[in-house]
Amino acid sequence: MALSAYLTLAALVFAIGLFGVLTRRNAVGILLGIELMLNAVNINLVAFARFRADLGGLIFTLFTIAITVAEVAVGLAIVIVIFRVRRTIEADHLDLLRG
Amino acid sequence: MVLALPFASFLAIGLIRPLRRSGRPAAAISIVAMAGALVGASLMAWESIPVSRGLNPSVVWTWLPADGGPMASVGVWVDGMAMQMCVLVTLISLLVQIYSWSYLADEPPPSLGRYYAYQSLFAFSMLGLVLSPGFLQMFVFWELVGLCSYLLIGYWYDRPSAARAAVKAFWITKLGDLGFVAGIVMLWAATGTFDFFPLFSAAESGALHVDRLGTIMFLIYLGAVGKSAQFPLHIWLPDAMEGPTPVSALIHAATMVTAGVYMVARAYPLFALVPPLLTLIAWVGAFTALLAATMACVERDIKRVLAYSTVSQLGYMMAANGAGDPEAAFQHLLTHGVFKALLFLGAGIVIHHFHTNDVFRMGGLFVLRPWMGGAFLVATLALAGVWPLPGFFSKEAVLAAVLNARLTVPFLMLMATAFLTAFYMFRVVFLAFFGHRHGHHEHPRPPIAMDAVCRALAVLTLALGIRAALAPHHGDAPAWLPWISLAWAFAGIALAWAAYQAGIIDPARMATALAPIDFLARRRYFLDALFGAMYRLVLLGLSRVVGWVDRYVVDGVVNALSAGALHAGDRLRRLQSGRAQDYVYGVVLGVLLLLVWAQLR
Repeated sequence: MALSAYLTLAALVFAIGLFGVLTRRNAVGILLGIELMLNAVNINLVAFARFRADLGGLIFTLFTIAITVAEVAVGLAIVIVIFRVRRTIEADHLDLLRG
Repeated sequence: MVLALPFASFLAIGLIRPLRRSGRPAAAISIVAMAGALVGASLMAWESIPVSRGLNPSVVWTWLPADGGPMASVGVWVDGMAMQMCVLVTLISLLVQIYSWSYLADEPPPSLGRYYAYQSLFAFSMLGLVLSPGFLQMFVFWELVGLCSYLLIGYWYDRPSAARAAVKAFWITKLGDLGFVAGIVMLWAATGTFDFFPLFSAAESGALHVDRLGTIMFLIYLGAVGKSAQFPLHIWLPDAMEGPTPVSALIHAATMVTAGVYMVARAYPLFALVPPLLTLIAWVGAFTALLAATMACVERDIKRVLAYSTVSQLGYMMAANGAGDPEAAFQHLLTHGVFKALLFLGAGIVIHHFHTNDVFRMGGLFVLRPWMGGAFLVATLALAGVWPLPGFFSKEAVLAAVLNARLTVPFLMLMATAFLTAFYMFRVVFLAFFGHRHGHHEHPRPPIAMDAVCRALAVLTLALGIRAALAPHHGDAPAWLPWISLAWAFAGIALAWAAYQAGIIDPARMATALAPIDFLARRRYFLDALFGAMYRLVLLGLSRVVGWVDRYVVDGVVNALSAGALHAGDRLRRLQSGRAQDYVYGVVLGVLLLLVWAQLR
């Protein structure tokens, strides 16, 4: 398979993730979208590592996954706290920063 | 050294606060410094007597370095005229400072220290002016003496009239100074130098070709008009009498006001190139002399009489300048400086004695204080121009110069002034020193210092007169001139005697006979009112315009800016929805735009 196929897949996954982030009302859904975008990046990194015979991409991917896990943990914790305080996780209602 | 001593004493008194507040020690320092300066000036004069009135710049440093050589120089230029003036300034300053020691004895020490600081600064500035080798330095010191005059007129600054007089003097002289500074800058633009030496040597050899020299010299002359209280800028000088009497004697009679005359005499080689201007100077001088003399005749305040007589005598000097005889002007300046200082200091004692400035409430002082009266009488006779006092000779020289310049009308004006001078001065003498006494005063003896200074000046006046009488007469005046003017002087004295002493003529009847002049003179020819109105019109009008501009244009711009910022902020506020997703939209849109832009580039 050609490199472009992987890249196309990654672009698609990224676009789907972005769409999710922008349109989902639920905060958990937004977090899932972010996960998708990060995984699209991972696909890119792995694909380039494979086709350029460079281990660096793989190592980066390992780091990204680790960070993603941490991020999801922190993100979900925040969501839970928000839910406790405001009794909702609808992103549209979370507008404390409105000017 | 002559310059350095007063300056050092000014710095010491002005900057060292405890010293300034101590009063008496400050005064002592100032007096000692002045005495030193007087000795220095006399020594220099003694040494430079053989040096004739040549053009010999002594010590000059360059100043304001610029491309193509320094723009101006500062330094000391000593010649006969500057030397004599220096001696006069230091001498009168010294005597006045000694006199002030007693005159202002009741002042609180801090004020006294302040007074002596100003006095020292004044002496320094005046000497700097006299010795300056170029117009620029002269202008700097010119302004400094103006500042000192302002400070000293307003010495009793808690008196509204004194504060007003100080401001008025400052304003009116500034009008003239505006012309002065414009003139010297134009002269510099035309010739590239401020210095007297190249300017004068070029002027005397006829190598000076400057366009519009007439305008330039006229502007410079305006400076002298303001400083030397020539018509129509003379109105500040009578008001300047609000200052302490010694200050009036020093600044507004003997030294500072003569700076204008000195400047014109100094720059005479340049003025000589513009004959019409000289004629104008002579006319204005003669007119000023006559005008001020008439006002002096109706004034009741002894100091104001003297002030008007100063204006009148300055008119004489300017007329001599205009008639092409700066030598005569300068001689009159020197002699006038001595006897007018004496008159003022005498008047100070008189005021001290009677506790009033009004001559009609004085009388009979001569019997009580024959020595003082004698000194005052000597000065009065000198001012009236009676042989053999110095005023006689210098006045003759002025009159002869004006006559020789074929300025018939100014000559007649000056003759009339001579008559009036004798009249009004003896009016004061008869009223204050003879006459009968009014009421009971306790009569404190004038302090020794004041008395001694007056006597010293009287002796000096006599000595100057006798020297002039013994000197070979080099005048080219017609033989009848001294006799005529002497006769005039005696006629004036006789009239004053008849009116105010013997009671042969009733002054009131005289006033009604000359009703129009009396009317005008009492109201100072409406000049004060005119200036007041102009001041109000121009200044208030201008400030109203400026106020409008400030309120509506400047403030308007500022207000519009702030209102705009507020509105913009209000609009922009709506952008902040507070929803994270909207911001992400923004980020994505931005990235897309960047991508598109990168593709299109």
